[in-house]
Amino acid sequence: MEQKMTKKNMKTKQKQVIPGFGISLGVTVTMLSLIVLIPLCSLIIYTAKLSPGEFFRTVTSERVLASYRVSILTSLIAASVNAVMGLIIAWVLVRYDFPGKKLMDGIIELPFALPTAVAGIALTHLCVPEGWVGSFFSRFGIQVAYTRFGITIALIFIGIPFVVRSVQPVLEKLEPEIEEAAGIMGANNSQIFARVLLPELLPSLIAGFTMAFARGLGEYGSVVFIAGNTPYETEITPLLIMTKLEGFDYPGATAIALMMLLMAFAILFVNGLLQSYTDKVVKGR
Amino acid sequence: MELRNNRGPVKWFLILLSAAFLVIMLILPLAYVLVTAFREGIGVFVRAVTDSNALRSILLTLEASVFAVVINSVFGLFAAWTLTKYRFKGKKLLSTLIDLPLTISPVIAGLIFLLTYGRKSILYPLLHQWKISIVFAVPGIILATVFVTFPFISRELIPVLSAQGTDEEEAAALMGAGTFRIFREVTFPHVRWAFLYGVVLCAARAMGEFGAVSVLSGHLQGLTTTMPLYVELLYQGYDFTGAFAMSAILVVLAVLVLLLRNILEHRGGKNQEGIHQ
Repeated sequence: MEQKMTKKNMKTKQKQVIPGFGISLGVTVTMLSLIVLIPLCSLIIYTAKLSPGEFFRTVTSERVLASYRVSILTSLIAASVNAVMGLIIAWVLVRYDFPGKKLMDGIIELPFALPTAVAGIALTHLCVPEGWVGSFFSRFGIQVAYTRFGITIALIFIGIPFVVRSVQPVLEKLEPEIEEAAGIMGANNSQIFARVLLPELLPSLIAGFTMAFARGLGEYGSVVFIAGNTPYETEITPLLIMTKLEGFDYPGATAIALMMLLMAFAILFVNGLLQSYTDKVVKGR
Repeated sequence: MELRNNRGPVKWFLILLSAAFLVIMLILPLAYVLVTAFREGIGVFVRAVTDSNALRSILLTLEASVFAVVINSVFGLFAAWTLTKYRFKGKKLLSTLIDLPLTISPVIAGLIFLLTYGRKSILYPLLHQWKISIVFAVPGIILATVFVTFPFISRELIPVLSAQGTDEEEAAALMGAGTFRIFREVTFPHVRWAFLYGVVLCAARAMGEFGAVSVLSGHLQGLTTTMPLYVELLYQGYDFTGAFAMSAILVVLAVLVLLLRNILEHRGGKNQEGIHQ
């Protein structure tokens, strides 16, 4: 009966049962346009004023390329660390009972709640050679603050919630009986993980990974303090945009921003595909 | 469950590994801020946060956060309602566009408003004529804050509303209720907690935004510095105690946000149980 209704509604498409469609859609689209779409368009309009040669020269200049390398490399490493640790933390939170579990679950979102600048200065002070963490590493001659290692630490910090919160709901839907069945049939732990769990968790794991990666690419507040910001070495792309803006080089800043935006869209697109797949797994359809 | 729990060593290894990771990455920075803020005594802390520039930055942050919460609440309710209660073409596109601000770097968020309302904009002569300054002034900071928190409330509402379906609203509509009445009496009670949760997240992000407001602020001390910008200013002036004192306020607020989050999620979870099963 219900399915029949849905089908009928799909056929008559525009006829809405609940009144108020026009105004609801109108307000939504208007606010979206004013706050998001029109300002975003100004970026494209402004870039269109640049000649293609100029644009190309800006976005492929030595210093800009070096900043992509730093940003992508550190974000990839940070997202990978978060993928592994996020998977473990999600597993621990879903499958085990232990004292302090509530606290552990509650603190995961801290990087969303804590202002990035605060995280940035705190991590920097911890990681300088005299700091609580930095002094440990400096014994082995490793410098953390003002290096790519430091940038990676900051990006790990801000990316922690993504993988945990993406994997956790999927894991909650998976019945432990499946693993038990595999165990009874003679699979060992690593086989159960690789053959039974990983295929089910992979979409959500990748979704969390891409979200953390995208966030890392664009992150500014927590990184600027710890990065040291040496051109070619520890200069991330968002910082380079900022530097160009401070020097009133608007065309340069805009061109690099457009490149970053395109990268973000590509990541969003991939994530969207994976998300819809993850949704199906969660809802069991 | 039983089988897994019996594997003692693996279980405790994974728990300890997770705990160690979270303590080092999350608790340590938090503790460091609080310890450093009060290192030179409570008097220094109080003096640092009651400085007139500090107070102004707190007020500006509050102002921007209130705007962000109000505007995004209106938008979030309309957007979530539209996306879940009606069938129309382009729904996927609309929901993707709403989430756009999440994937855009805060620096770029600031940049687009700089281009839209700044000196280079086609709107600039008009704005100049009417003596409206947006860039390097308070309106710019508010705009940037609204932008970065734009999807926060709708994102919390959409999953709850879509899980709830449209049966109840359709029944109410057939019985002759108007849109607003359906929303207020049928729909809103289901999303009350999710809505509050969205407001909390939105406020948290709004008060902490750094990159976007940094581009638009122009760093006029006492005029356009929000709390995070003021922290940066103090830090760069090597006033570390002052920077960490301001940070301590933000840390306390962040912890409050997390507590509220857990309370609201718990309440919301209770409300939702019947629907999810």
